[in-house]
Amino acid sequence: MAEPLTGTLAEPLVEHLAEPLTEPLGARTRWAVRSWWLCAGMWMRSTMAYRASFALTLGASLVTHSLDFVVLVLMFRHTDQLGGWTLPELAFLYATATFALGIANLLVGSVDGLGARIVNGTLDTMLIRPAPALSQLCAERFSLRRLGRPIQALAVLVWSLATLDVTWTWDRVLLVPALLVCGCVIFGAIYVGGATVQFWWGEAKEIQNSVTYGGATLLHYPPTIFAKELVAGVVFGVPLAFVNWLPALHILGRPDPLGLPTAFQYASPLAAALCVAVAGLAWRAGLRAYRGTGS
Amino acid sequence: MALIELEDVRRTFTVRARTGRFSREKREVRAVDGLSFTVEAGECVGYIGPNGAGKSTTIKMLTGILVPSGGRLRVAGVDPARERVALARRIGVVFGQRTTLWWDLPLRDSFELARRIYRIPDRRYRENLGRCVELLDLDGLLDTPVRQLSLGQRMRGDLAAALLHDPQVLYLDEPTIGLDVVSKGRVREFLREVNRERGTTVLLTTHDLTDIEQLCGRVMVIDHGRVVYDGGLDGLHEAGESERTLVVDLAESRPAIEVPGARVVKVEGPRQWLAFPARESAAPIVAAVAARYPLVDLSVREPAIEDVIARMYAEVAIG
Amino acid sequence: MPNAPGLYAAVARGAFRRYSTYRAATLAGTFTNTVFGIILASSFLALWQARPNLGGYDQSQAVTYIWVSQALLVTVAVWGGGFQDDVQDRFRSGDIAIDLYRPVDFQGWWLATDLGRAAFQLLVRGTVPLLVGALVFRTRMPEQPVTWAVFLLSVLLAVVVSFGLRFLVSITGFWLHDSEGVRSVMLVVSMFFSGMLLPIALFPGPLGELAHVLPWAALVQAPTDVFLERRTGTGLLGPLGFQLVWAVVLLLAGRAAQLLATRKVVVQGG
Repeated sequence: MAEPLTGTLAEPLVEHLAEPLTEPLGARTRWAVRSWWLCAGMWMRSTMAYRASFALTLGASLVTHSLDFVVLVLMFRHTDQLGGWTLPELAFLYATATFALGIANLLVGSVDGLGARIVNGTLDTMLIRPAPALSQLCAERFSLRRLGRPIQALAVLVWSLATLDVTWTWDRVLLVPALLVCGCVIFGAIYVGGATVQFWWGEAKEIQNSVTYGGATLLHYPPTIFAKELVAGVVFGVPLAFVNWLPALHILGRPDPLGLPTAFQYASPLAAALCVAVAGLAWRAGLRAYRGTGS
Repeated sequence: MALIELEDVRRTFTVRARTGRFSREKREVRAVDGLSFTVEAGECVGYIGPNGAGKSTTIKMLTGILVPSGGRLRVAGVDPARERVALARRIGVVFGQRTTLWWDLPLRDSFELARRIYRIPDRRYRENLGRCVELLDLDGLLDTPVRQLSLGQRMRGDLAAALLHDPQVLYLDEPTIGLDVVSKGRVREFLREVNRERGTTVLLTTHDLTDIEQLCGRVMVIDHGRVVYDGGLDGLHEAGESERTLVVDLAESRPAIEVPGARVVKVEGPRQWLAFPARESAAPIVAAVAARYPLVDLSVREPAIEDVIARMYAEVAIG
Repeated sequence: MPNAPGLYAAVARGAFRRYSTYRAATLAGTFTNTVFGIILASSFLALWQARPNLGGYDQSQAVTYIWVSQALLVTVAVWGGGFQDDVQDRFRSGDIAIDLYRPVDFQGWWLATDLGRAAFQLLVRGTVPLLVGALVFRTRMPEQPVTWAVFLLSVLLAVVVSFGLRFLVSITGFWLHDSEGVRSVMLVVSMFFSGMLLPIALFPGPLGELAHVLPWAALVQAPTDVFLERRTGTGLLGPLGFQLVWAVVLLLAGRAAQLLATRKVVVQGG
């Protein structure tokens, strides 16, 4: 083992010292995304090590998530409308909410394991790597088996768009992809922001579930069947209404039960940006508190 | 060049303890309380102390995970609290009880990830990997999933992963815990090599005194968040009169045997434990036992670091 | 087996106490049950507004159905979980082989812990959503006091049936490398056929007939029928007898699987 040393290895790697200590925001964001991509790739290959279980759970997840829609269909065997909305309209709500939740869950859903990582100390091992801890945390246990939810949501969306009785003006057409993207971003921000609470209260995960999963279930149904206070709560409180309710009112040509200005129906991108900003600030505050700079 | 500098570093935690069914009490705990020391580049320092003494809090501050409540701290020229990510590229960390390798993937994949996350230039990566593989004897293991590796093999993999980016400082937390004698020897030899060959500064926390003996020219003992000893290992032994233990298995059970220079501290069937001063050689005692009693087996146990430290405190208290 | 009933009672009490220490988790879970209750009750209200007396439920019965099922969700472990997580941990650590050789019966031990868990869950995660539901919506509480007692008996049987099903799933771990997959399939079947998502009376034709005889109907449909007094007097023997039969069948099946597992462990030498 003790053989003569080669010259190159004995020198410390000085290039590192020349590197700027703080990088601009754009570069940092790119690096965060790339870190996520690298870690997610590792996790994906890890889960592929158990192929049989992978196929079974992906299949099960497809069927599980379809069940929610089956229930809606079964309800409509007994009625033509629910809260004044038809099945294709409900299918539109169902598909958009489920797709947004599914993609957000796929990409950043694992962030809700934060509390457990604080308790067992593995958050620290993430903090000593030069990749952002949030990227590593979001990529944790990344697995394509979580595609079950968004895939079946897309199938329902296609059926719904084909069946809906809507005059497709250009603004309605454009609103659909915009709504899908904004929905994913809003749910993603809720995942991150909600997980941040675990910096202070480790058991907050379940509360977060009631906002994410409960929120998506809420958005399966038309706003007309809920109490006005509840609807107002998801417009001005946790802005879930911007995921699909408000833009869907415009796409489907339905009156707003709250009578809000029409601008709200186009405001999803703004709401999404706001959510991201709040979640980002919350994460920073949480990490500061954890490291002991905050309080 | 001083690579690690601490000046009056303090860290307090607020602990909330339940005092009754519904009442809680806030209490300030000083985990690190006015710590000052300097580690020069290329040093290999043992950082020891009883559990809860503030060791891991110090390491967390040195790696930038925790922010000090007060004092000044610099590692490799940067303030860890403010430049955590930049610092991460200059340090390597190995936790003996927690692997950072990817459990279900071949060892090689973990190294590949390190290459990308630490942005190690290709040539540098190939050279470093080659050297680590050679020194740590990882050649046949690179394509084995980590979960199939033995504890010793995994630790060697962790060491390699922590060194691929040429860190200036290497923090090791119990690097030999749970390993067999052969694996321990191999890990120590490798660390010695790294320290000598690359001039990597090593800070080591351990409960195994042999780690310190074989690797560190300098020992720091910390207790209640303060340095209580800083110097050579010999001085530590002098400061606390430590004892080694000779465990003998006799052919039959008998009452405590009598051997000059040692005293029996425990008897369990045919097995007896004899304590003798750590600085004495075990050979004459073994010879004396063998001459008087039929001997089946024997082993020598090094003093536990806690014992040494405990004795040291006792000495300080008396003296 | 020294003083078996006393031992199992102690095990159940231990589980009860253990779950009662997870205060924050219980609080958060109760909150989730309540949120889902509000959402689902609103959707049922809309459906029954369109179709009064659908499936033989009036509007307040339909809403109460949701709140009772939310109260039962975790108590009866419709999702799975409870002792299953502990068993899974023991599979991972390899301690499971030792468990089969303990002087305490394997199945009995886990049943006792699950009953202890269910008792605690019913007390908190059962009552709170039901109370909130009664405050916020127009619900229908049992008219006869004795219904409460029969309901509790029905819940007990539901927990035993649920245990029987989950025990069979967990014990596949002796043969399968990873019983996660089976568990997730089970979750789907269980949520649907228990009547958790929709009363079985609303299932179309043959699907409804099938759902009525499968064991999952014993988990949610049977206890809610008792609670809503859809069956009274000797009519109660129907749902209770149905639950009892499945409880016995599943426990016996679990016992047989346990014997097979023990034999397998013996052959492999632990």
